[in-house]
Amino acid sequence: MTNNPNVLVKISNAGIQKSGKWLVKDVNLEIHRGKIVTIIGPNGSGKSTTAKIVLGLHKKIEGNVQTFTKKISYVPQKVSIDWTLPIRVLDFMVLTEDLKPQEINDALNLTGVDHLISRNLRDLSGGEFQRVLLARAIAKKPELLVLDEPVQGVDFAGEVALYGLIKKISETLNCGILLISHDLHVVMSATDYVVCLNGHVCCSGTPVDVARDKHYKELFGEKSSQLLSIYEHDHDHVHTADGDIVKENV
Amino acid sequence: MFDDFLFRALIAGIGIALVTGPLGCFVVWRRLSFFGDTLAHSALLGVLLSVAFDLNISLTIFTVSSLIALLLLRLQKTTNLPSDALLGLLSHSSLAVGMVILGFLSFIRFDIMGVLFGDILSVNVNDLLAIWIGGAIILLVLWFIWKPLFASTVNYELAEAEGMNPERVNAIFTILLAALIAISIKMVGLLLITGMLIIPTTMARNLSNNPKQMVILSIIGGLLSVFIGLYTSFEINTSSGPTIVVVALILFILSLIGIKKRNYG
Repeated sequence: MTNNPNVLVKISNAGIQKSGKWLVKDVNLEIHRGKIVTIIGPNGSGKSTTAKIVLGLHKKIEGNVQTFTKKISYVPQKVSIDWTLPIRVLDFMVLTEDLKPQEINDALNLTGVDHLISRNLRDLSGGEFQRVLLARAIAKKPELLVLDEPVQGVDFAGEVALYGLIKKISETLNCGILLISHDLHVVMSATDYVVCLNGHVCCSGTPVDVARDKHYKELFGEKSSQLLSIYEHDHDHVHTADGDIVKENV
Repeated sequence: MFDDFLFRALIAGIGIALVTGPLGCFVVWRRLSFFGDTLAHSALLGVLLSVAFDLNISLTIFTVSSLIALLLLRLQKTTNLPSDALLGLLSHSSLAVGMVILGFLSFIRFDIMGVLFGDILSVNVNDLLAIWIGGAIILLVLWFIWKPLFASTVNYELAEAEGMNPERVNAIFTILLAALIAISIKMVGLLLITGMLIIPTTMARNLSNNPKQMVILSIIGGLLSVFIGLYTSFEINTSSGPTIVVVALILFILSLIGIKKRNYG
């Protein structure tokens, strides 16, 4: 047992084997109230698997997982709705918990899809569906929020806004967030702690530490470590249609 | 006017339609139609065991079907065979074992057609009690597990992550299906019970926009099939179980026209 009341989940040396092959191995991480932990890594590096270990969805795991909350919300990587099941956004919002109409509306409003409340889930676009998934997860005011690529298919402006929203939620609800993402540039700027995964934990720490780590550079390339400074650099040129660089006339 | 036996048949039919509506929705949503068939086939084994050992027919069917259902859940976990192969295995072996046992029971007069297609007009007061009390218990249990069952139907891992224990509610649902088959075999027969579960429900899907609406419409579809089917079978002297299912089929076809109208107009 840990004594820190801010710790929501603590996993130590966790791993899982499937047919003799490790899916992930030796994962150590803690999720604290009000903090965002982001897992990054290439395809097949065990990001979703780690999220499922945190959620207790894998039964035969090595190592130790301690969870100190029951108020959990989960946005899975993929949710497919069968045609045989007619279900509106409204029905989906109360899937695991009964909510007041006001709470449903507020949550949908936050993710910008309150106008879709009586639409059928199957009629939504990919981006709209992701916003509904996120709205449902935050509407129940969880203590732990696990988001597996929550903004896939969302347009770029929406993506930035949703990451901003996720940051805001961690503060207003004081909930711990485990975020899995591909969008290095946004993630690295809005996260408290980064875990870089490739079958095992390559490196972890604050975004700045991780960006400087040589393992991170090996995994994502030299360029990605400059992402943090990408906002600062001056764009003094434009690209023509065939890719030539032309000095901008100022 | 209704004869006494027709009145009993009607009461039995209403009771069954009230239960097949909601259960049928989950069967369709969870793609369990073939599973329902397997349970129904295993009911033959139950019927024959009850005849051979002089046991209560509903209870024996319920026990055998539940055992087959739990065996299936177990096999799904421990073997790598796909579900449809496992279902085929259980379905046809229980049917075959049932028929072999029937061979040993040549000393008993046994109406195999009644078991296969139902004999609604032989329903007695005890059967009515089994249908209505059993049906009430099934609906009550379904009411209690509705939320976790529905959540795990939409997304199993999401439901599990958010503390809904889908494995347990799945097992309970399976047992409810076995119970439904046990109380309705005499009325609709083991070859047609899946039809009662599926056809009014698919009709309801064509006309509905949310889960509750679909449940209500499939109950209404089942009730209409029972009313019209019984009346027709009485008027034109056809066997009642199949007639009810044919009426359900006609309602389904009509609902397709409804879909076309909505899509084009």
